[in-house]
Amino acid sequence: MGMNRREFLRIAGIASLWGLGGKTAFEILKPGALEAQLRPPLMKAKKWAMVIDTRKFNAPEDFQKVIDACVKAHNIPKVANQRQEIKWIWKEKYENAFPDDLNQFLPEPVEQKFFLVMCNHCTNPPCVRVCPTKATFKRPDGIVMMDYHRCIGCRFCMAGCPYGSRSFNFRDPRRFLKEITNPDYPTRSKGVVEKCNFCEERLAKGQLPACVEASNGAMTFGDLDNPDSEVRKLLRENYSIRRKPNLGTQPNVYYLI
Amino acid sequence: MFEKALIGSKGYYTWVLFLLAMIGIGFACYLYQYNEGLGITGMNRDVSWGFYIAQFTFLVGVAASAVMLVLPYYLHDVQVFGKITILGEFLAIASVVMCILFVTVDVGYPNRLLNIILYPTPNSILFWDFIVLNGYLLLNLFIGWNVLTAERKAVAPPKWVKPLIYISIPWAISIHTVTAFLYAGMPGRHYWLTAIMAVRFLGSAFAAGPALLIILAMLVRRLTPFDAGQEALNKLRNIVTYAMLASIFFVLLELFTAYYSNIPGHKHPFTYLFVGLEGHGKYVIWTWISVVVGIASALLLILPMTRRKNAWLLAACIGVFGSLWIEKGLTLVVTGFVPNPLEHVVEYAPTVPEVFIALGVWATGFLVLTLLYKIALSVKLDPNSASVH
Repeated sequence: MGMNRREFLRIAGIASLWGLGGKTAFEILKPGALEAQLRPPLMKAKKWAMVIDTRKFNAPEDFQKVIDACVKAHNIPKVANQRQEIKWIWKEKYENAFPDDLNQFLPEPVEQKFFLVMCNHCTNPPCVRVCPTKATFKRPDGIVMMDYHRCIGCRFCMAGCPYGSRSFNFRDPRRFLKEITNPDYPTRSKGVVEKCNFCEERLAKGQLPACVEASNGAMTFGDLDNPDSEVRKLLRENYSIRRKPNLGTQPNVYYLI
Repeated sequence: MFEKALIGSKGYYTWVLFLLAMIGIGFACYLYQYNEGLGITGMNRDVSWGFYIAQFTFLVGVAASAVMLVLPYYLHDVQVFGKITILGEFLAIASVVMCILFVTVDVGYPNRLLNIILYPTPNSILFWDFIVLNGYLLLNLFIGWNVLTAERKAVAPPKWVKPLIYISIPWAISIHTVTAFLYAGMPGRHYWLTAIMAVRFLGSAFAAGPALLIILAMLVRRLTPFDAGQEALNKLRNIVTYAMLASIFFVLLELFTAYYSNIPGHKHPFTYLFVGLEGHGKYVIWTWISVVVGIASALLLILPMTRRKNAWLLAACIGVFGSLWIEKGLTLVVTGFVPNPLEHVVEYAPTVPEVFIALGVWATGFLVLTLLYKIALSVKLDPNSASVH
């Protein structure tokens, strides 16, 4: 992410060749890079991960407040045609969220309950592998990102994602937004794919993801590579499962059952 | 040589005008889609590819099948194909044009299509498909045009064309292999995740493509004095027969693996196709039409009393083409998405504008084919060009 000495010297060199100088040179040759360098992210991790304590999600409100927080934070439209809707985080029955972990007899609460599903920010993301333009890419801190301005809308990533976590803007999403609930997060245009981004825009400001903040401690976010992190502590002390682990994607969203 | 495409009979002009009208309607529908977004199609969050990508996949096969003329003629010196190899190459050109158009109408942000080359991404199969398809188009344009020009001047084609022809043979295999890899490498899409996807694709392509060529050759024989020759048709028929039998065999292999292993995820898509899944079965009727017509056509191609009669041969070729179109141009793509990763069954059917856009692209392909065939046949039939007829 950052700029190393070599890169800095390279850009400075090219800039002086062109007779450019100072900050302007960097803004032209590598827009935003210098700014990013000067402002280190407040929240840092080697590998972001999320732990969802499903035992704390019971009443419909428990789910709704989390989903609403996400919808608000990212101006997610309510598309008229349900089959073409945009979903970042939503609820599913156990048999749909974990179709490979299906015992004939399950504890009643597990069988009846809903489970939150979202992008797993996989360690080996098939969506990133198939994208022909690098519009979806993996950051060094593990977040699988979308560049809404590069995406050509080929939807290869949607075919590649084994979790159904991606949505496509089949129509202009702004048409379905009654109001812009978060002016700081961009609305999207028609024809591009979108999905959960682990609230990278909030992490950059030192805040937790919107869903985690709204969950009253039912969701935990942290650095999986740090043995002392809250997520590692939870995974050490509880039995957890992940969605479709047999595909080798290594999801980074864990569920405590 | 282009001028030869401008002079023709009344029937020729009527056909061209008809195609132009279909292109016009398709283009109008596309403008609607361009403004509204892909929301006007039947595609949805769960079946995120549909009719367009299915047509693309089927037509890559038709394009690749030109190799079934080029390979025997140039590598095995099968002289009877000499007269019609150009027809195969021009069919490949028209097919690749349609492929490129189908991908274009399918993307959500067509203005950004060039991002594929501006940000080349070798780990994406789509990047490679872009390269091999455009390469194949260029190869066939160069080869076809130069061979035809040489024929008109009654000279041998330039020497540098030969290596291009040899390159075009594995290149044809590559376009359909890469297209199969678009599907066969997706974790969690059981219907597509099969190692024989590429050979299945090639098998059905080498049946459907040459079948279409036989139909076209018979049509040309009726409409013009140009005769491909019965022996060439018979040779093509043998290719269609073997390829069709291989295709049927491959499908049986898939069925065996799915049902004998008894793994639910592998059975679901086939169950969806043949009997329907959880009360959803939009494609059951289509699947059975494909199966019955496919097997009947294969029988017509095998039985001595039918395979020697051109009327039966024509029927068999139409059957092969139709059956494989249903398999690849209709159900292959949709079934990969059923059930979805969360095991919900969401169905898909194309909308009216979607079908008209597709018809517009097909019409464009047929227009390209008509013009190219018109030029090729004018050269071959021109008494002043010392061509072989």
